[in-house]
Formats: sequence, C-alpha cells, structure tokens
Amino acid sequence: MTTTGDRPVAARVRHLTKTYGSGDAMVRALDDVSLDLVEGEFTAIMGPSGSGKSTLMHCCAALDTATSGEVWIGDRELSGLKDKELTRLRRDEVGFVFQSFNLVPTLTAEENILLPQSIARRKPDREWYDSVIATVGIGDRLGHRPNQLSGGQQQRVAVARALAGRPRIVFADEPTGNLDSQSGAEVLDLLRRSAADHGQTIVMVTHDPVAASYTDRVVFLADGRIVDELRHPDRDKVLEVMARMSAPAEV
Amino acid sequence: MFRTALKSLLGRKVRLLMSTFAIVLGVAFVVGTLVFSDTLSRSFTALMASTVGDVVVRPAGSSGDTEPTARTVDASLVDRLEGVEGAARVDGNVTAFGVFVIDEDNKVVGGQGPPAIGGNWNDAPAGHDLEGLAIIGGRAPEKAGEVLLDSSTAGEAGYTIGEEVHLVSSGDQAVLRPTLVGIAGFPEGGSLNGATFAAFDTRTAQRLLLDGKDAFTDIWVTAEPGTSQGELADAVAQRLPDGVEAVTGDEAADEAASAIQEAVGFLTTFLLIFAGISLVVGGFLIVNTFSILVAQRSRELALLRALGASKRQVTRSVLVEAFVLGAIGSTIGLGLGILLAMGIRTLFGQFGLDLSGQSLIIGPRTVLAAYAVGIIVTMAAAWLPAHRTGRIAPIQAMRDDVAMPEASLHRRLVIGVAMILAGGGALAAGLMDAVPRPGWFVGGGILFILLGVAAASPVISHPFLAGAAWVYARMFGTVGRLAGQNSLRNPRRTTATSSALMIGLSLACTMAIVGASAKASVDETIEKNFVGDYVVSSLFGQPFSPQIARDMAKVDGVDHVWAQRFAITGSGPDGQGVAALDPAAFEQGLDLDMVAGDSADLRDGTVILDEEYADEEGLSVGDTYDVDLADGPRGLEVVGVYAENPILIFPAVTTPQTLIDAGYRDADNFLIVDTTGSSAVQADLEALVAELPIVTVKDQQEFAEEQRGPIDQLVLMIFALLGLALLIAVLGIVNTLALSIIERTREVGLLRAIGVSRPQLRRMVTLESVVIAVLGAVLGVVMGIGFGVALMHSLRDEGLEVIDVPVGQLVMFLVVSLVIGVLAALLPARRAARLDVLGAISTE
Repeated sequence: MTTTGDRPVAARVRHLTKTYGSGDAMVRALDDVSLDLVEGEFTAIMGPSGSGKSTLMHCCAALDTATSGEVWIGDRELSGLKDKELTRLRRDEVGFVFQSFNLVPTLTAEENILLPQSIARRKPDREWYDSVIATVGIGDRLGHRPNQLSGGQQQRVAVARALAGRPRIVFADEPTGNLDSQSGAEVLDLLRRSAADHGQTIVMVTHDPVAASYTDRVVFLADGRIVDELRHPDRDKVLEVMARMSAPAEV
Repeated sequence: MFRTALKSLLGRKVRLLMSTFAIVLGVAFVVGTLVFSDTLSRSFTALMASTVGDVVVRPAGSSGDTEPTARTVDASLVDRLEGVEGAARVDGNVTAFGVFVIDEDNKVVGGQGPPAIGGNWNDAPAGHDLEGLAIIGGRAPEKAGEVLLDSSTAGEAGYTIGEEVHLVSSGDQAVLRPTLVGIAGFPEGGSLNGATFAAFDTRTAQRLLLDGKDAFTDIWVTAEPGTSQGELADAVAQRLPDGVEAVTGDEAADEAASAIQEAVGFLTTFLLIFAGISLVVGGFLIVNTFSILVAQRSRELALLRALGASKRQVTRSVLVEAFVLGAIGSTIGLGLGILLAMGIRTLFGQFGLDLSGQSLIIGPRTVLAAYAVGIIVTMAAAWLPAHRTGRIAPIQAMRDDVAMPEASLHRRLVIGVAMILAGGGALAAGLMDAVPRPGWFVGGGILFILLGVAAASPVISHPFLAGAAWVYARMFGTVGRLAGQNSLRNPRRTTATSSALMIGLSLACTMAIVGASAKASVDETIEKNFVGDYVVSSLFGQPFSPQIARDMAKVDGVDHVWAQRFAITGSGPDGQGVAALDPAAFEQGLDLDMVAGDSADLRDGTVILDEEYADEEGLSVGDTYDVDLADGPRGLEVVGVYAENPILIFPAVTTPQTLIDAGYRDADNFLIVDTTGSSAVQADLEALVAELPIVTVKDQQEFAEEQRGPIDQLVLMIFALLGLALLIAVLGIVNTLALSIIERTREVGLLRAIGVSRPQLRRMVTLESVVIAVLGAVLGVVMGIGFGVALMHSLRDEGLEVIDVPVGQLVMFLVVSLVIGVLAALLPARRAARLDVLGAISTE
C-alpha cells in the first residue's frame, strides 16, 4: 500500500491534465493536478462553476479519462484499463452518490442498496449491512420503491448503497444539492460518521460552504488547478477562502 | 406551430422512419394489389377485344363464363348470314379448351390456368377492325395433319416450321402429331396472357374438336364500314333460328373479360386482406411510437403551453407530424408497391399467366388510395397520443419528471372486454351462418377480438409479465430482476409492442390448425372411402379422351375402369359442378355408402346427391334437383343420397349421357381403375398415358399426397405473407426498446456507474425483448388455437371432421418468437451498452 507519512493513501492523482477541443478553442478543465486522498478521510472538493471539480472527481472515479497524468485507486493505475476492468473497479472499489437520480426506480430500497453486490453475484456481509442500515436509519423503509421515499430518504439509501460494498473510496457529487437543509444535514452527518466511525474514505464535490464544513479537509480548485487547501474547516474559514479566490475577478 | 412540428420531426428521423416502415409495407401491399389488378384487367380487356368479331352469333344462353361446350350452331347458318345488310363477311369458328401443346421433353406448355385453346384458323378481323392474331410465319393450315401455333407457345416448346408437333386433346383422338406449317402472333404487340393456341383447318378442327359435326362454336359477322355493331347485330338476329343469339363484340368481350377477372378476383381480395393486416399491425406501432415520443417531449410540449400555445395547437402539432410521416410513408410505399406489382407479375408468369405484353397500369385511383390509406392510418393512430398531449398542464414544464396523463387501465379493460365480447358474438354468428355475408362477420369478429385483447392486454397480461419477472429473477439474478421489472413498469408499452406480434402469430396459428386439420380430414376420408386400386386424373382436372378408359379396360389385370366426368354448372349462387358416372359401375362393384335410395336406380335424367349437399339444399329421394346445364335449366330427379366420398369430386352425380345430351363434350376427367390385385398393372397403365403428360396414374397414397399438395401450398403462401406482419412486429420491438433506452438514459448511466458491465446491460435489454416477444407469441398462439378450433368446428358440416392442432408447429412458433426477441434486442442492446457513462449520468 502506498503511504504518505504514516497513513495509507486510498487514491491519488499525479500531474492530471484534461483538455477539451484543440487549437484556440482548447479548454483546460484540469491543469497538472496532483492530489493524495488519505484513507479514512472525508475530503471536499470546492470551486466555482467550471473550475474542474466535477471533472477531477469523474477522473478519480473511473468515469472519465484524463488527457495525461496518472490516477491510482489503491495500487492500480487507471490509464490503459479496458472498459471491463473499469466497470469491475467501479463495482468493487468505488461507491457513488449523485446529486439526483441515484436509485433504479423499479427496485426497492433494499434491492438498490444491494445492487452492486448482487450484480457481482456476491453474498452481502450481513453484519456490515445491518450496521450500515442502522447508521443510515432507513430500516423501516427498505421495502419501498424510490418514488415512495422522500428526497432525503432517497439520498440516504444512495449513501447506504455506496457504503454497503465496503468500497475503497466513496465519491459524492453534490449529494445535498437537491435537499432541504434538514435532510441535507442528515445526509452530511451520515457521511461524516461513516468516515469517522468506519474509516471510510469519502470525496465530496460541493459548492456549499456548510456542506464543506462537515469534512476533514477542503481542496479548492480554480481554472483546473488546486489553489488552496484547508484542514478541519468550518463554514467561516471556507467562506474566507472562497472570497479570496473570487477577489481577483472582482478587481 | 407547423415549423416547430416539422423541426421536431427532422430531429427524430431515424426513429420515425422505423415506425413508418409498417405504413410503407401496408401501402405497398395496397398499391401492388391495385396496380396488378388494373394491369390484369387492362390486359384481359385488350385480349378479349381482339378475340371477338363485330357480332358474335352463338347458341343462346352460352356466355363467357363457361368454357366452350359441344353446343354449336349449324354450319349452314354461315351461308344464310352472308347476305345480311351491312355484313362484310361471315366466318365460322371452332374453339375448344384442353388442346395441350407438349414440348420435346414431354412437358405441357403453359396451361396452368390460362386455357389451352384449340380451334380452326381464319383471318377474320376482330371487332372494330382490330387486328387480332395474324400469321407472322409460314401459312395457314389447309388439310389434316397440319397445325398453326401462336408464336410464344411455339417458341417455348421449341417447335419450328416443318417439325412434327406433339398435341394432346380431349377429343376422341387423344394424341395428335401434326406438322407445324404456320406461326401466328400479334403484329401490333399484345399476348395471349399465357394461353396456348393450336389451330387447324376448319374441317380438321370440326373432326377433332366437335366430334365431326359440320358446325361451329360461334360465328363472327364483320360489319361493313359505316355499320355499327348494334345495327348489324339487330339485322343478324332477324335471320337466326331459335336457340341461337347474336351479341355485339363489345358485349361479348366485356362478358368474357369480367368472367376472367372474377376468377382471379380472389387474389385481389386475398392481397388486400394482407394489406389490411399489415396496416393494423402498423397502426399499433405508430400508436406506440407516438406515445413514447410525446412522453419524451412532454416537457417541451408543456413549455410550449407555458409560452401560450393552446391545447389545440399542441395537439395539432403532433397531428402535423403524423401527417408528414404518413405522406412520406405513402410515397415510399407507392414506389415499393409498384415493384411489388412487377414481382407479382413475374410470379404469375412462372405459373403461366404471361402479362409481359402489358405495361403496368398506375391509375389515379391507386395513387389516391396509397396516400389516403397511409395518411389516414398514421393520423388515426397518432390521434390518441396527440389528444393526450393537449392535457399536459403548462406548469409541468417547470417540474422535473413529467408523467403523461394516461387513461386508467380499468377503462381499457372494460373497453377491451366489450370488444372481445362483440367480436366473439360476430365470430359466432358468422361461423354459424346465421347472418348474411358470414365471411365479413368472421373476419370482423377476429379483428375485434384481436383489438380487444390488445386493449385489455395491459391488465390481462399482468400475471404473465409478473410470472416472467419472477422466473427471470430466479434464473438470471439481478440482471433478470431488472429486465423483468422493466417490462412491468409500463405495461401499456410492453403489451402494445407485443400486440403487433400477437396479431401476426394468431393468424399464423389459425392457418396452421386449419391446414393441418384439412390435411388430416383429406387423409381420413381417403382412407375410409377409397375405391378401386388406382385413379387416373389429369392436371387441373382437364378433360381427356374417353379412348384412355377404353384402352385401360383392356390391360391385363384390370377388372373395371369407371370413368367420371365433370360439368361446371350454374346452379345456386356460386355455381356448382355435376359429375357423371356410368351406372354400370355400381353393378360392377363400385360401392357407394348409400344413405337413402339406391345407386342402381341412377338413369339418364336422374341424379344421386352427396348427403351434406342434399341436406343443405333440402332435397331427398323423389325431389327434383334443379341445375343450369350448358343448354339451360334442367330438373333431375333425385334417386339416391350417398355418404361423403372423396372419389366423387362433385356433390351431384348423374349419367354421362345426361351431360352429352345437355351439350357437354364426350370426354372424361377422372378414372377409377379396379384390378385383380396384380402389382404390374400400374406400369402398364402408365405406359398407356406416356404420351399424355397431363394424365397421371396414382395409387391411394399418391392420390392422398396430391390432394394434400394444394393445402400445403396455400398454407405456405399465407405463412410467407404473414411473415411480413411478423417483420413489422419485430421492427416494433426494436423501436420500442430503442425509445425506452433513450428514455432511461440516466438509469442506464447509473447502472453502468455502479458497476453493471456491458454484457450484463445487453443481457438485460435482451431479456426484456424476449418477454415482449414471448408474451405476444403466447397470446397469439392461445388465440390462434381458439380461432382455428372454432373455425374447424364450424366446418364440421362441410366434411372437415378432424380437428388437428399441430403441437409441434405451435411450439416452433414459440421458439421462433424467442429468437425474434433476441434478434430484436441486438441493436437496442448494443446501443445501451455503448452509452457513454458520464454523458448518460449528466443527461437532463
């Protein structure tokens, strides 16, 4: 296992560059980004629209491929992997929570949670599953279809699905973007406890300073580059960095 | 709004084109049928016009609808008519059917439908001074042993002038070998439509074809310039004896042409039925496609409503799309239909009906019908989805998920069940003959039941779909569960798609059952009632010389030869046939199972009847059987009723002399040979007809096979046509799946993101496709069995007593549907698997 200092790294990127188009019309979504994601840490990636935060997450999560540079998940470097291997990697090593449309509408909550494992034809770890359900707190809604659940409940089911397979890393893309503040707080609390209590590595893309304040570490992106980083953030510190980042544009 | 509609149409062209395919096929069938029948009709009208004189003098009561009989007009009449005012010339004609030209390989030339005509040669001009057949090589036949052939027959048989020609006639002399002295053709173009023509000098023709009488089949009177056909006919009529009539050439030509067209009219009906089937099936496809497209665009339509478009405008924009689509489909269908007509023409050429001399007729009626059918069907099918769009509220533009307003399933069940009941009633009434035009009731009833089942299908198919989902989950795990749930999530869509397959397969099943049952019935009746050891019959039931029966009776080992002959008569609404048999046969051991009366009582002027026919006509022994024979109506006394017997082809049997007296020729159609049991007999019998390729000798088994042959052919032809309906259904599945996948793009993206592999995704789509196909097949087979058994049950009284459900074939249909499901999924599955994960997730 690769390590930095005394803590192992769950995923890392090295000199990641992603461009769209060519010539004058070329856009650099990511420009030589290097980042280590430490095991058991809850990391937020922040930045204004177009800063490349979503692209960075998609590349890390084996959903998108970079133009150059390396992405490692555990011991595996992603470039050169075929679709079949990437699919397996996503299934076994990665968990996802999207902003919306996280659940397959035809399946019950429980079926959705167990979907990645049942696709792999793997028996779920019952004990772990029970503890996830207990943590997520939707034990009484397991037999319901997504359209019978509230938005907050749907997102918690999505988190449960992401956690159920004990992935190396969970990626969350604006998981609270569509929720009211109360439900959003529940989901964020759930993510934080997963990292703290179970050592789950989590990376979350957000533009909400409140959401970022639940994390251990915030990485700020602007114009495809990492421009700043905060440890143990609170809402005010995040807002301060954001204000500083947008300052040049206002001059 | 029109522009918006057009733009949205262009944006979805591939998908729409797929659904247009059904319209294209349906229209193509309609167009092909109309073009072909117009061409056929023009061709026969032209041919007939050149085969009548200005005025035709013929025995009264004979018209174009029966073949030439032995009824003639006396030859002296020609001299008597010479002096009629306005007559330029008078010519006597001898015409008979059944004079076959045999080529050098001992094969019959042409002759499978179009007649094989024999006659005398004269150079009288046809009516209106049309040039008909004219000698284009050699000379006219002048004495016995000389013959003239039409050019296409001579060409096909490979005979050139000076060679000996092999002819088979139904006259007294069975085989003729005259020398070819002349060839006739149409110098101005045209053809005999596949008929063959062999001409002799008048004396020889009379000897060969009219048993030597100095008489003519009819007489042509040619008008002097300035005299009309009507005037001449009136003048001629005044000089005619009783029993002879004069008609104008125009009248005679119309009679003859319409009789022939009526005979091939079944084909037009047949093809139009299939056009109807493919349009109904296509209608389903269009309803489905438009429903899905409208659902996908509901947000866009709601936006239009929010921007101030009225309900009516939104609805109309969808109908405009349907109109344009229908117009495009009709145009393509029109082109394809013309190709189809060419195909049909070629096909008929293979069977001997040669229409190559006539260019295709594309009438304004055809073009009008193409567009009317295509546009009306498309717009009618799009009406429901279009109407539904009007109910989308503007506020829905602002919402995330727009659910299309849908009529409740309950209402569909009620409507469906009502249609099924109405259809069932109509079907039952039609099958029991309780109504006029029972065929319409049967067809309409079946259509109503099919549409009713399609309407109620989302409800009644639920147990099947739920069961399939359960089986899938057990067999294929999560992928299976996803596929099963997908087929359940929109039962309307699933069942509408499978309905297209259901319709095609139910009809195929019905045909399979009818075909198998008919064959089983034939086998059974032959098994039970075959008499004698061999039958001698001819191609197409053509008459042959009575000499054959006399020769066969002399063969060693032959006990008796019982000759049967047929006469087509005009009794009843559809015409009927009367058979004739020498009563001596009954004394010699031809054993009929008599229900009433005694076959030994059969004398000239009496008749024995088939049991069912007698029942139908309400006749019993002692009654009079009224029948239109060639010389007019006759009453024949019923002296016996016999149980059904396959050897007796027609349900009424009289004596040969009765038919000869009525003006029919002395020729046999069917011989029954009774032997002493020696096995060498067949070879000896065959040797006797070696020069007569139209006549064959068959034992019981061969006879049964021959009887089954046409059934097989018919069923095969119907299967081929239903295959097109199945093709439309397959395209329907492809279309629905492709549209569903587009609709579920985000879901597919999600599945891929959380680790569903491409093969798993493909399997999921394939499984869903198979459910749709198998559902259609199961419904289709179940209903097909219902229709088939009901149909056969009602035919019980007509001698089809065996109901045979060909289980193997039905199982094969189910297996085929499985394969169809897999094949239909190929493209949509590929498409789903190829979706870019990231793009799919971020799709709005």
